[in-house]
Amino acid sequence: MTGTRTKISPWARLGLGALPFALLIIAYAVGSRIRLSDNPADKLLPSLDNIAQTFWRMATVPDQRSGDLLLWTDTALSLARLGSGMLISALIAVSLGVMIGYLPRARAMLAPFVAAISLIPPITILPILFIVFGLGELSKIMLIVVGTAPVMTRSLAQAVMDIPDEQIIKAETLGANALQMVFRVVLPQIWPKLFTAIRLGLVPAWIFLISAEAIASTGGLGYRIFLVRRYLAMDVILPYVAWITLLAYALDRIFQALSRRLFRWAHLEGESL
Amino acid sequence: MSFVEVTEVAVSYDGLPVLQHVNLQVAEGAFITIVGASGCGKSTFLRLLLSQEEPTSGSIRVAGNHLPPRPTPDRGIVFQRYSVFPHLTVTDNLILPLEFERSSAVGRVFGRPRAQLRGEVENILERIGLTQARDRYPAQLSGGMQQRLAIAQALLKRPRLLLLDEPFGALDPGIRRDMHDLLLALWQETGMTIFMVTHDIAEAFKLGTRLIVFDKMRHEPDEPASIGATITYDLPLRHPSVETSDIASASMTAAAALDESVSMLSMENPAPQGGAK
Repeated sequence: MTGTRTKISPWARLGLGALPFALLIIAYAVGSRIRLSDNPADKLLPSLDNIAQTFWRMATVPDQRSGDLLLWTDTALSLARLGSGMLISALIAVSLGVMIGYLPRARAMLAPFVAAISLIPPITILPILFIVFGLGELSKIMLIVVGTAPVMTRSLAQAVMDIPDEQIIKAETLGANALQMVFRVVLPQIWPKLFTAIRLGLVPAWIFLISAEAIASTGGLGYRIFLVRRYLAMDVILPYVAWITLLAYALDRIFQALSRRLFRWAHLEGESL
Repeated sequence: MSFVEVTEVAVSYDGLPVLQHVNLQVAEGAFITIVGASGCGKSTFLRLLLSQEEPTSGSIRVAGNHLPPRPTPDRGIVFQRYSVFPHLTVTDNLILPLEFERSSAVGRVFGRPRAQLRGEVENILERIGLTQARDRYPAQLSGGMQQRLAIAQALLKRPRLLLLDEPFGALDPGIRRDMHDLLLALWQETGMTIFMVTHDIAEAFKLGTRLIVFDKMRHEPDEPASIGATITYDLPLRHPSVETSDIASASMTAAAALDESVSMLSMENPAPQGGAK
């Protein structure tokens, strides 16, 4: 009989993994066919053919007004915002996380503060960000930072605290000073946790990115789908949603692969998602 | 003067005594094995010697000096677990203390000096049988290999005092015997003083030149926490030799000694510090 440890061949794994996607696409195609046969002008479920053509046009035909290839300029704008936000969050998370996790005084001072900040619903301070930083790039990036940095900081502080005391003691008996301890014992062991924190942080980061772009922006993936919503342009919205999902998935896989490559020691035991 | 001098040491947590009236004089080069029931303070005593904790009262001197407030390289330590660094390969674990010496800022050297350090630990790798495994990470090593690495790493700074906290507790009996041989050989070569806490009384008799037992002087049935433990037995042992390490004779010796100590332990009011050196 099959158990939870049954081995699956690579091809079967691929097939099984693709099955739910195939079913979803088939269900959509059938639904779209039914609605279009009733009303050929229906905009709610455009045909797959129509979607593919629109997506192709967005990717290859310059926009009449701006002359840009909209898909790529939107993607570049959004990824730049996402990347800047995550980079700032990662820097904050590492520096504050090490202080909170390693220095008891810093922990006493900062841990409650970070915990409180992490509970502010980030969208509620978006108006403040717009007022303080204006409607430009900075306020969108700051929304991503506010939404991700506190949680990432807490998980990195926990990662530092999870390093067994024995290792710190051992390093002291091997002659390590405080700085060497941070650089050779603490930091190297939290890098894999930073990658995990980034992967988990990307989930809310996308939400805040799309929200900020929807509310005040002149470009970007979120701006586009909320712009064309006025015309019920499902043939643009649906492939954009799929494209955003694909980008998010690819980023997640890239960080996972990088972590396995750079920190092989952290992936020796057990299977990880 | 003795190498290690422990005078009237007491430790209490939140007013509850863990250790009291601990007095001990140890000559340099001794191999002290420490046994006792769980929670009787033997690991606490080891942490005191390491400066991982400070005594509530009393004093500890090593080589005539009071202990510094934090662990220092003149006292090596091997724990039962987490002794080696999981993010470093076998070789990198061994050159880490050398890197701490050479690079005072970040503790890391690169390029040619690094290759030179790798060469320096070559014969250590051979000695502990890890030449083939030099580029593996600790998670890829067996328990015995990890502890051999931990011991070699602890000895790199040439400590005069080596502290072992149940170092072989998680190992199979066969592997344990190999570890005993390695440890005895290293002890004889270096002339260092060893304190080893163990749960295995046969191991304690086999390895030590002197065995000390931590226990409570009296047991108060109503308030078991009101009394701290101290050294209740201090037995000089035959000088161990590597030749007697075959398992049959060692376990015979240990069994006989065990009988003896059990009968002593069950006496009503045991005389403390019996048979001190």
